[in-house]
Amino acid sequence: MGYRTFILVCGGEACEGGGSAALVEALTREVREQGLEDVAQVVKAGCFGFCGQGPVVKVLPDESVYVKVQPWDVADIVAQHVRDGRPVERLLCDRSRNRERTRVEVPDYYQKQFRIVLRNCGVIDPESIDEYIAREGYAALDRALFDLDPEGIIDELRRSGLRGRGGAGFPTWQKWVFTRNAPGDEKYVICNADEGDPGAYMDRSTLEGDPHSILEAMAIAGRATGAARGFIYIRAEYPLAIRRLEMAIEQARARGLLGRDILGSGFDFDIEIRLGAGAFVCGEETALIASIEGKRGMPIPRPPFPAVRGLWGRPTVINNVETLANIPVILLKGGDWFASIGTKDSTGTKVFALTGKVNNSGLIEVPMGTTLREIVTDIGGGIPGGRAFKAVQTGGPSGGVIPADFLDTPIEYASLQELGSIMGSVGMIVMDEEDCMVDVNKFYLEFAVDESCGKCAPCRVGGRTMTNVLDRIARGAGQESDIDQLREIGHAMQKASLCGLGQTAPNPVLSTLRYFREEYNAHVFDRRCPSRKCRDLVVFYILPEKCIGCGLCARRCPVHCIEGERRKVHVIDQAQCIKCGECYTACKFDAVSQK
Amino acid sequence: MAEAKAKKPEASGGEAPLRLTPELVAFIDEWREKPGNLIMVLHKVQSVYRYIPRTIAFEVAERLGIPLAKIYGVVTFYHLFKLQQPGRHQIAVCMGTACYLKGGQDLIQEFENLLGVGLNTVSADGEFSVESVRCVGCCGLAPVLTVDGETFGKVTKEQLPDILAKYRGA
Ligand SMILES: Cc1cc2nc3c(=O)[nH]c(=O)nc-3n(C[C@H](O)[C@H](O)[C@H](O)COP(=O)(O)O)c2cc1C
Ligand code: FES
Repeated sequence: MGYRTFILVCGGEACEGGGSAALVEALTREVREQGLEDVAQVVKAGCFGFCGQGPVVKVLPDESVYVKVQPWDVADIVAQHVRDGRPVERLLCDRSRNRERTRVEVPDYYQKQFRIVLRNCGVIDPESIDEYIAREGYAALDRALFDLDPEGIIDELRRSGLRGRGGAGFPTWQKWVFTRNAPGDEKYVICNADEGDPGAYMDRSTLEGDPHSILEAMAIAGRATGAARGFIYIRAEYPLAIRRLEMAIEQARARGLLGRDILGSGFDFDIEIRLGAGAFVCGEETALIASIEGKRGMPIPRPPFPAVRGLWGRPTVINNVETLANIPVILLKGGDWFASIGTKDSTGTKVFALTGKVNNSGLIEVPMGTTLREIVTDIGGGIPGGRAFKAVQTGGPSGGVIPADFLDTPIEYASLQELGSIMGSVGMIVMDEEDCMVDVNKFYLEFAVDESCGKCAPCRVGGRTMTNVLDRIARGAGQESDIDQLREIGHAMQKASLCGLGQTAPNPVLSTLRYFREEYNAHVFDRRCPSRKCRDLVVFYILPEKCIGCGLCARRCPVHCIEGERRKVHVIDQAQCIKCGECYTACKFDAVSQK
Repeated sequence: MAEAKAKKPEASGGEAPLRLTPELVAFIDEWREKPGNLIMVLHKVQSVYRYIPRTIAFEVAERLGIPLAKIYGVVTFYHLFKLQQPGRHQIAVCMGTACYLKGGQDLIQEFENLLGVGLNTVSADGEFSVESVRCVGCCGLAPVLTVDGETFGKVTKEQLPDILAKYRGA
């Protein structure tokens, strides 16, 4: 007898943090206790991309989505939904986004989305090769081995128009041709899973939710380029993804889908995992290669490109996780089908980690050409607390901000670049009026300085100098010449740095100088931080007309710099104030103000 | 050559000198012939000792035939490898973009107030050390921190004493 109902529990990182493992256990136990183990199966799935609402449980076939599920909800889900077929109203995901959880089967959140890369995430049990195979898994590899020759595979990719999702957006088919044509018998395929951008976890979710798709794509890449060995370079910070990949590799080997003579075709291909060790620059392809070789991850000038001289000096194709995840689908549905999604120059879909000041944060996948407004308002559900939208940051420390005026820009490689941002393998971070551009850029620059390998001077010295200038501006000691200086150093870094890290590190600053110049001016000329984020520029003071002299602020103040008698107006001693904001949060009468 | 002759340091503070565990020896033997093995071996060392002890680095150098200077170069290049022993419980505060915007810095500051030591230093009682990490992949729960790998989301300053109490002495 087959299962009638599937209870999927999100096994993504956010939900794990919220206790999803305990839920799986509790659900399994409950199903057994209610005697339903023949009709219902509990599955721990990959990330549903609904991370702000976890732990999330989805019940198939009717696709009810339950949010913020707690262990004590388990009995109801099993009794009402699984046994009686009535969804548990109080747990259902909510459409109107107020705090109530009311009934709706497929939330809005999913409706503008289109899933290719994340097709299996949250649907199959990532630890089972059978479930992957049941959803046409390894059928593309079969086609690549028996129906297509390497030229045929590459031609399908060419027609798909697939471009790299990891950074520069280089056409994938061309990369493969270069590697294929490079002389040498020993070639390699590398999967770049070093997702180092702070605030991005798309690749991790794909690897955790659908590890076999990456293995399959790498084997296809091996067949097309003539490589027999593949390496997955993955951050050591992703233990769950590593475990699932190891498991998947074992399973694939046992089924003859990796290893010698795959499916009797005579084609050999095997995959090894290599761990990163927390260095952002190792996402850059030449640094990544150095790191796999066991060295310090320092980039080297290109050309020669890895396609010609890569790992151990051999021709190597390097692709990003998301790029690879598209490939089995392209081979099955055809390059023309893929090219029909998205726009002319940017085909297919893009996955983003939508975070920051939005109501629904999580992992989303949209067709290329979707506008930012659709993403922020329709999918993201707008900004919490009724605050005003300020900008979207894409491309992390290598990208830039996109202000409200450009919200209707469709997302494409070219349009983002024009706006001074990049597609990149990165998050999409929504900022509201409380976020200060100077402060955010200090964050990104400090990140770049911290991660600079120090090999070339423009990046090492330029980055440090720009950080110092920004720091000065944030402390209210900025000078008129500072803004020009930021721009000059930024341009020099873009031109003269050795690798993409230094070349793109000034992007966030340059892009905000373009769109938020007045904010810099306010810091430099008026010594004022409009978002009140730069602590040194904020002044806290007590409004005499509102203060009732309750003394709460004085008790909370960690440096005891608030004075006043009971029931009399209190005063902050500005010379002593450390601007921690405790008094501001403590006051129940809005009597503490800041400027 | 010089490093091979350098005198092996004695473990300080009266602890017995650390030796490679049989598990590590087996792991190193398994990887010895594979090119690019150093980083994988260092990960394994750190998973056993929670940092890269100097005596062990000597042994690894000998067994892999890699100069100690090169090992030092690699260990210091990568943020994840530690040369100092961390506290009994390792706290990692996320300073990825989402967590930064939602006040990750305030959590670090508060830990400093509570523990009396800043980042990457072990508290006086040896219980805790705090480090800042990049995006742990739960941005929806920002600000996020982990203690010994257990994740805490939407953390406020006020919760920190309770979190510490849960682990102290455990
Ligand atoms: C500083 C720096 C960091 C990078 N980080 C990543 C990364 O985390 N993941 C990734 O896939 N590519 C990253 N890249 C881009 C890679 O160098 C490379 O272009 C990419 O992996 C190629 O794959 P694709 O053609 O499939 O996009 C980075 C580049 C630079 C310069
Ligand atoms: S930024 Fe902290 S979890 Fe992503």
